[in-house]
This record gives sequence, C-alpha cells and structure tokens, in this order.
Amino acid sequence: MAVLPLSRKTPKYVLASVLAVIFLLPFYIMLRNALMTRQQVGSPDWSWLPDPLSWVNFGDLFADASVPMAHSLWNSFLVAVVTAPVGTLFGSMAGYALARIPVPGRRFVFTYVLVTLMIPQSVTFVPTFVVVGSMGGVNTEWGIIAPNLFSAFTVILFRNFYLRFPAGIEEAGRLDGLGYLGVYRRLVLPNSGSMIASLGALMFIESWNAFLWPLVIGQDPSSWTAQIALSTFLTAQSVNLPALFAGALVTIAPLVAMFLVAQRFIVRGIAASGLKE
Amino acid sequence: MRHRDWRAIGAFAVLTGPVVLGLGLFKYVAIAWSFLLSFNDARGTITLGNWIGFGNYAFLLGDDAFLTSLTTIAVFTVFIVPITFVASLGLAVLINSIKRGKAFFRTVFLIPAAVSYVVAALVWKMALFNGLPSGVANVVGGLFGADPVPWLSTTSPPVYWVAVVTLRLWLQVGLYMILFLAGLQAIPPSLYEAGELDGTSKWQAFRYITLPQLRNTSVAVLLLILIAAFQAFDEFYNLFGTGLSGTATAPVKPPLVYLYDSALGDQNYGVGSAGAFLLTVIIVAITLLQGRFVGFGKKD
Repeated sequence: MAVLPLSRKTPKYVLASVLAVIFLLPFYIMLRNALMTRQQVGSPDWSWLPDPLSWVNFGDLFADASVPMAHSLWNSFLVAVVTAPVGTLFGSMAGYALARIPVPGRRFVFTYVLVTLMIPQSVTFVPTFVVVGSMGGVNTEWGIIAPNLFSAFTVILFRNFYLRFPAGIEEAGRLDGLGYLGVYRRLVLPNSGSMIASLGALMFIESWNAFLWPLVIGQDPSSWTAQIALSTFLTAQSVNLPALFAGALVTIAPLVAMFLVAQRFIVRGIAASGLKE
Repeated sequence: MRHRDWRAIGAFAVLTGPVVLGLGLFKYVAIAWSFLLSFNDARGTITLGNWIGFGNYAFLLGDDAFLTSLTTIAVFTVFIVPITFVASLGLAVLINSIKRGKAFFRTVFLIPAAVSYVVAALVWKMALFNGLPSGVANVVGGLFGADPVPWLSTTSPPVYWVAVVTLRLWLQVGLYMILFLAGLQAIPPSLYEAGELDGTSKWQAFRYITLPQLRNTSVAVLLLILIAAFQAFDEFYNLFGTGLSGTATAPVKPPLVYLYDSALGDQNYGVGSAGAFLLTVIIVAITLLQGRFVGFGKKD
C-alpha cells in the first residue's frame, strides 16, 4: 500500500490496520501449523515460520483410512452444489408466484410459509430427524440435502424482490401469448440473475459450513461431510496436528476463493437477508 | 360470481408446489410428529404409542443439566449480543469514514465469515487458546509478563468465555458490519451538513443523526445476533464436547448440545422432542419480548 500522508485520518488507518492484522492472524496460524512438522508444532518455543516447510501433512490428511477425508470433501461438494441451485430455484418459483400471480388463497399460502420462519431452525433438528429417519434418510446424501432445499427465508426474500419487478416485462410476454409459467421461465427467471447469485452464494456457504444437521443424519463415515470429518479427525489413532490444520485449510479454501471472486453478490445477499427480514 | 382463472391457479400450484410440500413435510409434519412424541416414552424409537403425558417435560425441568444449559446460554447471550453489536457497528463506522482502502478492509473483516465453526474451533482450541506456553494467547500474554493460562479448562475464574466469545466475534462481526454499512450509506448526507451548520460535534452527530437513522438496521441486527446466540452448537460441541476429540475441558453444555446428547446420544427422542419445544417457546418468547422493547412491530 502507498505511504499515506500524516493527517487527521491517520489514527483511523492505524486502527483499521491493527484490526486487519488481528483478523488475519488465525488464517496465518492455520497456514503456519499446516506446514510445520509435528515436532515443531509441539515445541514449547514460539516460532513464526515453519522450518523446513513440511508438505507431507497434506498427504497424511488423505492417507488416514479411518477418516475418509477425500470422500467427505466430495460429499460436501455434492451437498452444496445441489442445495444451492435447487434451493434458490424453489425459492424463486414460490416467491414469484406469491408476488405476481393473483389467485384466491394466495394470502393463506404466504402465511403458511411465513409461520415456519418463527420456528428456530436448529431446534427443529430432532423433529426433522424423526421424519427423515423414518423415510430411510439416515446416512444418505439425500437425507443431508432434502430438508435444506425448502427455505421460507429464501421464498420471502424472492417475494420482496419480485414485488418490485418491472411489470412491463411480463406484459410483453403476455402479449406474445405466453402463460404464467412461460413468462416465469422465459422472462422472469433469466432476469433474476443477480438475486439468484446473491442467495445462491449464501446458500452454498451455509450448506458447505453446516455442521449440526450433517452430524445428526450422517452418522456413518461414508456419509460424513468435510466438517464432520475434520471434527472427528483427532479421534483417529494418531494425533497429527499439522495434518489437522492442513485439513482446515483444504476445507476453507473453496469458500475463501468463492468469497474473493463473488464478493459483490455475497455482500448483496447478506444485506438483503438481514434487512428484509 | 368471480371468474376462476384455472391457468393462473395451475401455474401458482406448480410454482409454489415444491416449497409447500417440502415445508409441509419437513416442518409441519415433523413438528406435529415430534410434538406428539414429546408426550411419549420414546427411548430408542420414533414411533408413537407409549403415552406418558408431561413426563418428558417434567424430567427436563427437574434435570440440573438442562437447567444449567439454560444458564450457560443466558450467560453467553449476555456477553455475545452487546459485544457483537458494538463491534460490528464500530467497524462499519470506521470503514465508512476512511477513504482509501475501504474495499480492502471490508474484505479482511468479512472473510472470516467464510470459515466454518468447526475450523474456527480447531484453530482456537489447538493453536490460539491451547493453554500451552506456545499457544498464541499465552505467547502474547508472555510479552506482558503474564503466566501461561490453560484457557479452555479454567473454570474459576471462567476464562474459557474469552475463547468462546472471541471465536464467534471473529466469525460473525463482518456479516453484521455489512448490514450496518448498508444502513450507513442510506443516510442522506444532507442531515450531517445541516448538523454541521448547527455546530454539532462528532459525537453529537453520531448520537442524534447516525443512531436514530440506523434504528431499523439495529433492530434487525440485534434480532439476528440474539437468535444466532440461542442456537449455538458448533463451537461448544467442538471446543468442549465430543468434537475435535473432546479432551477434558470446562463442562460447558448449551441447550442444543444437551438436546443432541439426549436425542442422538441416548436415543431418547421423547426427551429430545420435549426439549426442542421448551426451547422453541423460550426463543420465541424472548424474540417477541425484545420486539416489544425495541419496537419491532414497526416493520411493514
């Protein structure tokens, strides 16, 4: 960064920079520990840099047979890559219908969706386990995915978005002889890209980082997600700290990359989901 | 009298169908089933038929571990809500007031939000607050001549709260900062210009212009922090519980960990269901109560 001239603003930059270092420190520690040898991590003396760089930890991470790290990462990917687009699409469909298709009973359906918002999500893990379990969803990928495809929150946000949607687009489609479904599929959906990207990115993050539900329903190592695998890594036969930190890095890498690339949409999604509650 | 547009009704049904059915199954049916289950002796089973009335509720209200879990979450909430609120508002005001590097600082403060609680708990438990002399917190403390502290296992004084609170703060503060930044940018600059003409100080401008203008944002943020606090599970499970190879640490069990242990650990789905309903009632009551205090009734 360029050298800033001393001014009234300087204390603010100093403060912001100090805070920035503190916020970045945990990332640095993760990287440092992931590249150290086991002796170095356990050493009572503090050192800033790993010496020598120990890349073997990443190999160890995937070599431990009792914790199928590679398969767990694949499960996480599968869960997020299905949940985000499908969940967002369902939200958009229902949100559009609730905002723009005038039918009798619309208010009732809206209330029906809204009521589920009142029930705290994570408290419902016992009831949801009862249902998904009775359907044979324990230890399956679909058991992890299915309950999260239906988000009242997403529906409400899309409804707000479509309430402000320009009516001209729909009228043009109607004149061309399209029905409601045609208008939605051909005109409305393609023009909802930014909203879909915002909420899709949020949903992707949420399902990638989810812990409680995958822990409840994915009890067998074959259905673990990366978070569960990481959480149980230490119970494996050996306490291999550097490999554990390597696992942390591998687990957060896709999301940090996505954050840096899609930041615009993520910020918009957070702002939408917080303020339009 | 009214003409029914069946094509509109059909389209409506197709578009809302998935969500209506999904919420019906995973929320309404699930909750109804679980509600019935909470009046049953359902050890090792999720089928109904062993009616015991309020037995599970009585058990929970008489169980010290459950009551302690409520105290634990209350203490946690009392710490985390105001600290997160002030920190995120402070960060937003700070970033909003600097000119160069705004996007850079915003990114730095937001990026921890990409990290899961499991990973954060791993870093906090195994590196920052591991209690060893080489743990980061103890290294920093050593610079000021402090003795190494076994952070997570020290219960009197309960310094483990330092680890718990800073972990969540690091993960969440950026999200709420974004909300405040959006709110700050919506304040018309003319208000501050008018204030300047009247000779208001920086603090007065903040107190009498910024804060009132952020009222709606503040209410939303407070609610979100509060709800998130009451649903705490991941970090407690991984710092103190079975996760990340639960080594002996302070016995800190918030209600969701208690629920997890009764439903999935002991396979007692009756007690688990009853606990879910008690918690729901508590959370909804507190949310409504907070709404009364800060005027949530103003939306729409």
